[in-house]
Amino acid sequence: MKWTKKDLLGLEELSREEIELILETAFSFKEVSSRDVKKVPTLRGKTIVNLFFEPSTRTRTSFELAAKRLSADILDFSISDSSVSKGESPVDTAENIEAMKVDCFVVRHSVAGVPKLIAKKIKAAVINAGDNSHEHPTQALLDLFTIREKKGKIKGLRIAIIGDIQHSRVARSNIWGLTKLGASVILCGPPTLIPSRIGKMGAEITYSFKEAIKDADILYFLRVQRERQQEIFFPSIQEYAHLYGANSENLKGVKKNVLIMHPGPINRGVEIKSEIADSSSSLILEQVTNGIAVRMAVLYLLIGKKD
Amino acid sequence: MEERKKVMGKTEMEKTLFSLSQEVLEKMGEKDLAIIGIRKRGAILAKRIAERIKTLGKKEIPLGALDITLYRDDLSVIAPQPVVHQTEIPFNLTGKNILLVDDVLYTGRTVRAALDELIDFGRPREIKLLVLVDRGHRELPIQPDFVGKKVTAGENEMVEVKLKESDQIEEVLIIERKQ
Repeated sequence: MKWTKKDLLGLEELSREEIELILETAFSFKEVSSRDVKKVPTLRGKTIVNLFFEPSTRTRTSFELAAKRLSADILDFSISDSSVSKGESPVDTAENIEAMKVDCFVVRHSVAGVPKLIAKKIKAAVINAGDNSHEHPTQALLDLFTIREKKGKIKGLRIAIIGDIQHSRVARSNIWGLTKLGASVILCGPPTLIPSRIGKMGAEITYSFKEAIKDADILYFLRVQRERQQEIFFPSIQEYAHLYGANSENLKGVKKNVLIMHPGPINRGVEIKSEIADSSSSLILEQVTNGIAVRMAVLYLLIGKKD
Repeated sequence: MEERKKVMGKTEMEKTLFSLSQEVLEKMGEKDLAIIGIRKRGAILAKRIAERIKTLGKKEIPLGALDITLYRDDLSVIAPQPVVHQTEIPFNLTGKNILLVDDVLYTGRTVRAALDELIDFGRPREIKLLVLVDRGHRELPIQPDFVGKKVTAGENEMVEVKLKESDQIEEVLIIERKQ
């Protein structure tokens, strides 16, 4: 299996084999971060630009560390002092930076499809780091990596994704990835936060928390994205926490070895209580650790070869 | 068309590895000795040598495996990219006498990459190089300390080491590619 794509725009367009290649490669890269000298010379001389049209701290930082551990040069294109405020389109911005000889762009934008639009126009590799509620491929890949590392496999597992499905690019990328690797996915949340057409992606839907967690091997809680919600989707945070939050009362009746995941940042007391987030079954911090290895693997596969 | 010439068989390979192990023990001693093989066949040979030294000597020798893909200087000329495997060095290198093991020594570039990677792991007291086959044609000033067999092979020839762990057979071949 060889990697042939120029860009990583989403898991929808990847085959099972391509996803597995990234996960296998990430497995080898994980060891690099455990060394005293956390750096290999693999991407020396390559330039990567973080092009974030929307604020992000952890994804941007994770890409930055991944690039630095591969000896690539990475720089941030910051929104506040950029030409965006002067009316330049995202594609023009990318073309301008590409003219300075850049090998890879990591793009986040508040409009779905912008990374793809940029990818079509430029020769450099483009990684989608989140485009509205469309896709966030590296997050889903690090989730898949973490599940496989902990459970030894993905095929045959049942994963419940709980919370604000409607606004979640993480949920969409995970549904693509998990179903391609043979897991079954059940989505759960208030009816107002589950778009009815999402069932077409191959996941089951339930509004009952009990039903969702019953046979699940993994409970994946999503952040309540209050900043993305223009309208009111549920009566109160307290009610949401009571009905759909991760707390020990709600989690009675889960499978014995169930594992808890969350893409971060967590709202303690809203979608997850500290007693669960900090418990031994929580993989939240391991997801963050694995994010570096997965992003190193993606950068290596995209730009670690001759054009 | 290709022409294959066998230069080492099972019995000779066994003898060679045995005398190499003895030589290593004589020249390097057991104290602070650690063996690291270059993936993939160097790592297999390293494991065998460590086992033989254990039976010849008294101690268990720390063993590691190196994947040098991330340190190659020809990454940009290989397309598509080589598969990355894991490096496993489960001990501290600092102060150790390292025996670096590979199957075939040719240009010296693999060894150069391995040395760079080893030094990122710590500061060994010394590093010595053992190869099963030295085929000459070095492009870098790198020489082995222990050699199983020297062979003469031209640039249009390939030297292939086959081991039972990876290839189900024990032999060394020189394969000539004819146009």
